[in-house]
Amino acid sequence: MYIIIIGGGKVGFYLGKALLEEGHEILIVEKDASRTDFIRNELGGVCIRGDGCEVTTLTEVGTGRADMFIAVTGDDEDNLVSCQVAKHKFNVPRTIARISNPKNETIFKKLGIDVTISSTNIILEYIEQEVPTHPLMHLLDIRDKGLEIVEVKIPANSPTVGKKVKELSLPAGSFLSLIIRQKEKPQAPTEKTVIQAGDQIIAVTTPEAEGTLRALLRGL
Amino acid sequence: MKVVIMGCGRVGARLAGLLDIEGHDITILDVDAYSFRRLPPDFAGTALVGDGTDEESLRKAGIEQADAFVAVTQGDNRNIMASQITKHIFNVPKVVCRIYDPLRRELFNSLGLEALSPTTTFAQMLKDRIER
Repeated sequence: MYIIIIGGGKVGFYLGKALLEEGHEILIVEKDASRTDFIRNELGGVCIRGDGCEVTTLTEVGTGRADMFIAVTGDDEDNLVSCQVAKHKFNVPRTIARISNPKNETIFKKLGIDVTISSTNIILEYIEQEVPTHPLMHLLDIRDKGLEIVEVKIPANSPTVGKKVKELSLPAGSFLSLIIRQKEKPQAPTEKTVIQAGDQIIAVTTPEAEGTLRALLRGL
Repeated sequence: MKVVIMGCGRVGARLAGLLDIEGHDITILDVDAYSFRRLPPDFAGTALVGDGTDEESLRKAGIEQADAFVAVTQGDNRNIMASQITKHIFNVPKVVCRIYDPLRRELFNSLGLEALSPTTTFAQMLKDRIER
Protein backbone atom coordinates (compact mmCIF):
# COMPACT_ATOMS: atom_id res chain seq x y z
CA MET A 1 0.00 0.00 0.00
CA TYR A 2 1.26 3.50 -0.77
CA ILE A 3 0.79 5.75 2.26
CA ILE A 4 1.59 9.45 2.40
CA ILE A 5 2.27 11.03 5.78
CA ILE A 6 2.12 14.78 6.26
CA GLY A 7 4.26 16.04 9.13
CA GLY A 8 7.58 14.52 10.15
CA GLY A 9 7.37 15.29 13.83
CA LYS A 10 7.57 12.56 16.45
CA VAL A 11 4.21 11.06 15.47
CA GLY A 12 4.93 11.16 11.74
CA PHE A 13 8.43 9.75 12.13
CA TYR A 14 7.50 6.75 14.28
CA LEU A 15 4.36 6.12 12.23
CA GLY A 16 6.45 6.07 9.06
CA LYS A 17 9.01 3.80 10.64
CA ALA A 18 6.35 1.31 11.78
CA LEU A 19 4.62 1.28 8.40
CA LEU A 20 7.94 0.73 6.62
CA GLU A 21 8.65 -2.25 8.85
CA GLU A 22 5.26 -3.65 7.88
CA GLY A 23 6.37 -3.49 4.27
CA HIS A 24 4.35 -0.51 3.04
CA GLU A 25 5.57 2.08 0.60
CA ILE A 26 5.57 5.38 2.47
CA LEU A 27 6.50 8.98 1.96
CA ILE A 28 6.76 11.67 4.62
CA VAL A 29 6.29 15.35 3.70
CA GLU A 30 8.00 17.68 6.16
CA LYS A 31 8.31 21.48 6.09
CA ASP A 32 11.53 21.80 8.05
CA ALA A 33 14.82 21.19 6.19
CA SER A 34 16.89 19.84 9.07
CA ARG A 35 14.07 17.58 10.23
CA THR A 36 13.84 16.26 6.66
CA ASP A 37 17.58 15.48 6.70
CA PHE A 38 17.23 13.71 10.03
CA ILE A 39 14.42 11.47 8.75
CA ARG A 40 16.36 10.68 5.57
CA ASN A 41 19.37 9.66 7.64
CA GLU A 42 17.27 7.41 9.81
CA LEU A 43 14.81 5.90 7.34
CA GLY A 44 16.34 6.44 3.90
CA GLY A 45 14.93 8.45 1.02
CA VAL A 46 11.33 8.34 2.18
CA CYS A 47 11.04 11.97 3.20
CA ILE A 48 10.79 15.08 1.09
CA ARG A 49 10.76 18.69 2.15
CA GLY A 50 7.61 20.56 1.27
CA ASP A 51 4.23 21.92 2.30
CA GLY A 52 1.73 19.11 2.53
CA CYS A 53 -1.15 21.48 1.80
CA GLU A 54 0.22 22.58 -1.54
CA VAL A 55 -1.15 21.02 -4.67
CA THR A 56 2.27 21.19 -6.39
CA THR A 57 4.01 19.29 -3.58
CA LEU A 58 1.27 16.68 -3.48
CA THR A 59 1.44 16.25 -7.26
CA GLU A 60 5.21 15.71 -7.01
CA VAL A 61 4.87 12.93 -4.46
CA GLY A 62 2.28 11.10 -6.53
CA THR A 63 -0.72 11.62 -4.28
CA GLY A 64 -2.95 10.46 -7.13
CA ARG A 65 -1.86 6.86 -6.62
CA ALA A 66 -1.84 6.94 -2.81
CA ASP A 67 -4.07 4.43 -1.03
CA MET A 68 -4.00 6.31 2.22
CA PHE A 69 -3.21 9.86 3.31
CA ILE A 70 -2.41 10.61 6.93
CA ALA A 71 -1.95 14.18 8.23
CA VAL A 72 -0.26 14.27 11.62
CA THR A 73 1.15 17.77 12.00
CA GLY A 74 0.56 19.54 15.31
CA ASP A 75 -1.94 21.95 13.78
CA ASP A 76 -5.53 20.87 13.28
CA GLU A 77 -6.19 23.34 10.47
CA ASP A 78 -3.17 22.15 8.47
CA ASN A 79 -4.27 18.54 8.87
CA LEU A 80 -7.79 19.43 7.74
CA VAL A 81 -6.71 21.33 4.66
CA SER A 82 -4.12 18.80 3.47
CA CYS A 83 -6.63 15.96 3.86
CA GLN A 84 -9.24 17.96 1.93
CA VAL A 85 -6.75 18.66 -0.87
CA ALA A 86 -5.86 14.94 -1.01
CA LYS A 87 -9.50 13.94 -1.02
CA HIS A 88 -10.91 16.42 -3.51
CA LYS A 89 -7.98 17.10 -5.81
CA PHE A 90 -6.42 13.63 -5.86
CA ASN A 91 -9.33 11.38 -4.88
CA VAL A 92 -7.36 9.51 -2.21
CA PRO A 93 -9.73 6.81 -0.93
CA ARG A 94 -8.84 7.09 2.75
CA THR A 95 -7.82 10.26 4.58
CA ILE A 96 -6.88 10.31 8.25
CA ALA A 97 -6.32 13.48 10.30
CA ARG A 98 -4.80 13.86 13.72
CA ILE A 99 -6.62 16.41 15.83
CA SER A 100 -5.66 18.10 19.07
CA ASN A 101 -8.93 19.82 19.90
CA PRO A 102 -11.50 17.03 20.51
CA LYS A 103 -14.28 19.42 19.48
CA ASN A 104 -12.95 19.32 15.93
CA GLU A 105 -13.91 15.68 15.56
CA THR A 106 -17.47 16.38 14.42
CA ILE A 107 -16.41 19.33 12.28
CA PHE A 108 -13.79 17.31 10.42
CA LYS A 109 -16.23 14.48 9.85
CA LYS A 110 -18.77 16.91 8.46
CA LEU A 111 -16.14 18.34 6.15
CA GLY A 112 -15.41 14.95 4.63
CA ILE A 113 -12.38 13.58 6.48
CA ASP A 114 -12.72 9.80 6.72
CA VAL A 115 -11.07 9.22 10.08
CA THR A 116 -9.99 11.55 12.87
CA ILE A 117 -7.72 10.58 15.70
CA SER A 118 -7.68 12.73 18.78
CA SER A 119 -4.79 12.00 21.10
CA THR A 120 -6.59 14.03 23.75
CA ASN A 121 -9.63 11.74 23.53
CA ILE A 122 -7.51 8.60 23.57
CA ILE A 123 -5.82 9.69 26.78
CA LEU A 124 -9.20 10.63 28.24
CA GLU A 125 -10.56 7.19 27.41
CA TYR A 126 -7.66 5.53 29.19
CA ILE A 127 -8.35 7.65 32.24
CA GLU A 128 -12.00 6.66 32.09
CA GLN A 129 -11.05 2.99 32.03
CA GLU A 130 -9.20 3.50 35.28
CA VAL A 131 -12.26 5.01 36.93
CA PRO A 132 -14.40 2.06 38.08
CA THR A 133 -17.61 4.05 38.33
CA HIS A 134 -17.63 5.02 34.69
CA PRO A 135 -20.93 3.75 33.30
CA LEU A 136 -20.23 3.12 29.64
CA MET A 137 -16.96 2.81 27.86
CA HIS A 138 -16.30 3.15 24.16
CA LEU A 139 -14.23 0.32 22.83
CA LEU A 140 -14.41 0.81 19.09
CA ASP A 141 -16.21 2.91 16.51
CA ILE A 142 -17.26 1.32 13.25
CA ARG A 143 -17.65 4.68 11.63
CA ASP A 144 -18.61 3.75 8.09
CA LYS A 145 -21.58 1.82 9.42
CA GLY A 146 -22.55 4.27 12.18
CA LEU A 147 -22.02 1.61 14.84
CA GLU A 148 -19.96 1.43 17.98
CA ILE A 149 -18.89 -1.26 20.39
CA VAL A 150 -19.24 -0.35 24.05
CA GLU A 151 -18.73 -1.96 27.41
CA VAL A 152 -21.27 -1.57 30.22
CA LYS A 153 -20.76 -2.81 33.74
CA ILE A 154 -23.93 -3.82 35.58
CA PRO A 155 -24.13 -2.33 39.08
CA ALA A 156 -25.76 -4.32 41.91
CA ASN A 157 -28.66 -1.88 42.17
CA SER A 158 -29.54 -1.96 38.48
CA PRO A 159 -33.17 -2.88 37.68
CA THR A 160 -31.88 -5.25 34.99
CA VAL A 161 -30.28 -7.60 37.55
CA GLY A 162 -32.23 -10.89 37.50
CA LYS A 163 -33.94 -10.14 34.19
CA LYS A 164 -33.60 -12.27 31.09
CA VAL A 165 -32.11 -10.74 27.97
CA LYS A 166 -35.40 -11.15 26.09
CA GLU A 167 -37.20 -9.13 28.79
CA LEU A 168 -35.05 -6.10 28.12
CA SER A 169 -36.43 -3.71 25.54
CA LEU A 170 -33.17 -2.83 23.87
CA PRO A 171 -33.17 0.28 21.68
CA ALA A 172 -33.26 -0.30 17.92
CA GLY A 173 -29.90 -1.17 16.46
CA SER A 174 -28.46 -2.33 19.78
CA PHE A 175 -27.69 -5.86 20.86
CA LEU A 176 -25.64 -7.55 23.50
CA SER A 177 -22.83 -9.58 22.03
CA LEU A 178 -20.81 -10.84 24.98
CA ILE A 179 -21.11 -11.19 28.75
CA ILE A 180 -17.99 -11.45 30.88
CA ARG A 181 -18.39 -12.81 34.42
CA GLN A 182 -15.85 -13.44 37.09
CA LYS A 183 -14.65 -17.04 37.25
CA GLU A 184 -16.65 -17.95 34.15
CA LYS A 185 -15.80 -18.13 30.50
CA PRO A 186 -17.05 -15.20 28.46
CA GLN A 187 -20.33 -16.17 26.81
CA ALA A 188 -22.51 -14.88 24.04
CA PRO A 189 -25.84 -14.15 25.72
CA THR A 190 -28.98 -15.92 24.51
CA GLU A 191 -32.54 -14.76 25.09
CA LYS A 192 -32.65 -16.81 28.28
CA THR A 193 -29.44 -15.48 29.80
CA VAL A 194 -30.12 -13.80 33.14
CA ILE A 195 -28.26 -10.56 33.82
CA GLN A 196 -26.27 -10.60 37.05
CA ALA A 197 -24.73 -7.84 39.11
CA GLY A 198 -21.13 -7.22 38.11
CA ASP A 199 -21.59 -8.48 34.55
CA GLN A 200 -19.41 -6.80 32.00
CA ILE A 201 -21.47 -6.56 28.85
CA ILE A 202 -19.98 -5.89 25.44
CA ALA A 203 -22.70 -4.42 23.23
CA VAL A 204 -23.04 -3.13 19.71
CA THR A 205 -25.04 0.07 19.45
CA THR A 206 -25.41 3.31 17.50
CA PRO A 207 -24.27 6.74 18.71
CA GLU A 208 -27.95 7.80 18.93
CA ALA A 209 -29.07 4.80 20.99
CA GLU A 210 -26.08 4.84 23.32
CA GLY A 211 -27.76 6.94 26.03
CA THR A 212 -30.92 4.80 26.04
CA LEU A 213 -28.87 1.62 26.24
CA ARG A 214 -26.86 2.91 29.16
CA ALA A 215 -29.99 4.04 31.04
CA LEU A 216 -31.64 0.68 30.39
CA LEU A 217 -28.75 -1.50 31.51
CA ARG A 218 -27.64 0.51 34.51
CA GLY A 219 -30.89 2.07 35.65
CA LEU A 220 -31.26 5.80 36.04
CA MET B 1 -25.71 43.97 9.03
CA LYS B 2 -23.80 41.95 11.63
CA VAL B 3 -20.31 41.05 10.45
CA VAL B 4 -17.71 38.90 12.22
CA ILE B 5 -14.11 39.42 11.09
CA MET B 6 -11.35 36.96 11.99
CA GLY B 7 -7.86 38.43 12.12
CA CYS B 8 -7.09 42.00 13.14
CA GLY B 9 -4.13 42.62 10.87
CA ARG B 10 -3.89 45.59 8.55
CA VAL B 11 -6.61 44.30 6.25
CA GLY B 12 -8.94 43.09 9.01
CA ALA B 13 -8.66 46.30 11.02
CA ARG B 14 -9.12 48.45 7.93
CA LEU B 15 -12.21 46.51 6.84
CA ALA B 16 -13.64 46.70 10.38
CA GLY B 17 -13.16 50.48 10.35
CA LEU B 18 -14.80 50.91 6.94
CA LEU B 19 -17.86 48.84 7.84
CA ASP B 20 -18.12 50.45 11.27
CA ILE B 21 -18.34 53.95 9.78
CA GLU B 22 -21.26 52.79 7.66
CA GLY B 23 -23.08 51.75 10.81
CA HIS B 24 -22.71 47.96 10.63
CA ASP B 25 -22.46 45.85 13.75
CA ILE B 26 -18.86 44.56 13.74
CA THR B 27 -17.13 41.97 15.93
CA ILE B 28 -13.45 41.41 15.25
CA LEU B 29 -11.55 38.39 16.55
CA ASP B 30 -7.84 37.96 17.05
CA VAL B 31 -5.75 35.59 19.14
CA ASP B 32 -3.53 38.47 20.24
CA ALA B 33 -5.06 41.48 21.99
CA TYR B 34 -2.08 43.60 20.89
CA SER B 35 -3.41 43.44 17.31
CA PHE B 36 -6.40 45.57 18.28
CA ARG B 37 -4.11 48.63 18.35
CA ARG B 38 -4.64 48.75 14.59
CA LEU B 39 -8.35 49.53 14.97
CA PRO B 40 -9.34 53.17 14.47
CA PRO B 41 -9.63 55.09 17.78
CA ASP B 42 -13.36 55.74 17.28
CA PHE B 43 -14.17 52.07 16.47
CA ALA B 44 -17.61 51.38 17.92
CA GLY B 45 -17.70 47.61 17.34
CA THR B 46 -16.51 44.76 19.56
CA ALA B 47 -12.93 43.49 19.67
CA LEU B 48 -12.69 40.01 21.10
CA VAL B 49 -9.68 37.83 21.90
CA GLY B 50 -10.41 34.42 20.43
CA ASP B 51 -9.65 31.85 17.78
CA GLY B 52 -11.99 31.79 14.79
CA THR B 53 -11.36 28.07 14.23
CA ASP B 54 -12.88 27.38 17.65
CA GLU B 55 -16.66 26.96 17.80
CA GLU B 56 -16.85 28.42 21.29
CA SER B 57 -15.03 31.63 20.32
CA LEU B 58 -17.23 31.98 17.26
CA ARG B 59 -20.37 31.64 19.37
CA LYS B 60 -19.08 34.29 21.76
CA ALA B 61 -18.53 36.56 18.78
CA GLY B 62 -22.22 36.11 17.93
CA ILE B 63 -21.70 33.99 14.81
CA GLU B 64 -25.20 32.53 15.13
CA GLN B 65 -26.72 35.94 14.39
CA ALA B 66 -24.09 37.03 11.85
CA ASP B 67 -25.01 37.98 8.28
CA ALA B 68 -21.43 37.77 7.09
CA PHE B 69 -18.06 36.30 8.11
CA VAL B 70 -14.65 37.33 6.80
CA ALA B 71 -11.43 35.38 7.48
CA VAL B 72 -8.24 37.39 6.96
CA THR B 73 -5.57 35.91 9.24
CA GLN B 74 -2.06 35.28 7.93
CA GLY B 75 -2.69 31.54 7.70
CA ASP B 76 -4.44 30.21 4.61
CA ASN B 77 -5.43 27.02 6.38
CA ARG B 78 -6.84 28.83 9.38
CA ASN B 79 -8.92 30.99 7.06
CA ILE B 80 -10.13 27.94 5.16
CA MET B 81 -11.04 26.02 8.30
CA ALA B 82 -12.85 28.94 9.95
CA SER B 83 -14.75 29.70 6.75
CA GLN B 84 -15.89 26.12 6.39
CA ILE B 85 -17.06 26.02 10.00
CA THR B 86 -19.03 29.24 9.70
CA LYS B 87 -20.48 28.27 6.33
CA HIS B 88 -21.31 24.60 6.93
CA ILE B 89 -21.89 24.42 10.69
CA PHE B 90 -23.29 27.87 11.51
CA ASN B 91 -24.83 28.48 8.06
CA VAL B 92 -23.69 32.11 7.87
CA PRO B 93 -25.22 33.47 4.64
CA LYS B 94 -22.10 35.26 3.38
CA VAL B 95 -18.60 33.93 3.99
CA VAL B 96 -15.50 35.36 2.32
CA CYS B 97 -11.88 34.52 3.02
CA ARG B 98 -8.36 35.27 1.92
CA ILE B 99 -6.18 32.46 0.54
CA TYR B 100 -2.70 33.54 -0.51
CA ASP B 101 -1.90 30.32 -2.37
CA PRO B 102 -3.62 30.60 -5.79
CA LEU B 103 -3.86 26.83 -6.32
CA ARG B 104 -5.42 26.30 -2.91
CA ARG B 105 -7.81 29.15 -3.63
CA GLU B 106 -8.86 27.52 -6.86
CA LEU B 107 -9.53 24.20 -5.16
CA PHE B 108 -11.55 25.63 -2.28
CA ASN B 109 -13.45 27.88 -4.65
CA SER B 110 -14.55 24.75 -6.46
CA LEU B 111 -15.58 23.29 -3.09
CA GLY B 112 -17.91 26.23 -2.58
CA LEU B 113 -15.82 28.73 -0.60
CA GLU B 114 -15.79 32.32 -1.72
CA ALA B 115 -12.07 33.06 -1.54
CA LEU B 116 -9.86 35.85 -2.83
CA SER B 117 -6.17 35.50 -3.55
CA PRO B 118 -4.23 38.74 -3.05
CA THR B 119 -1.27 37.04 -4.71
CA THR B 120 -3.03 36.68 -8.05
CA THR B 121 -4.88 39.98 -7.87
CA PHE B 122 -1.90 42.06 -6.80
CA ALA B 123 0.53 40.48 -9.25
CA GLN B 124 -1.92 41.28 -12.04
CA MET B 125 -2.27 44.87 -10.82
CA LEU B 126 1.50 45.33 -10.75
CA LYS B 127 1.82 43.89 -14.23
CA ASP B 128 -0.88 46.25 -15.53
CA ARG B 129 0.94 49.23 -13.98
CA ILE B 130 4.27 48.31 -15.52
CA GLU B 131 2.83 47.73 -18.95
CA ARG B 132 0.67 50.85 -18.99
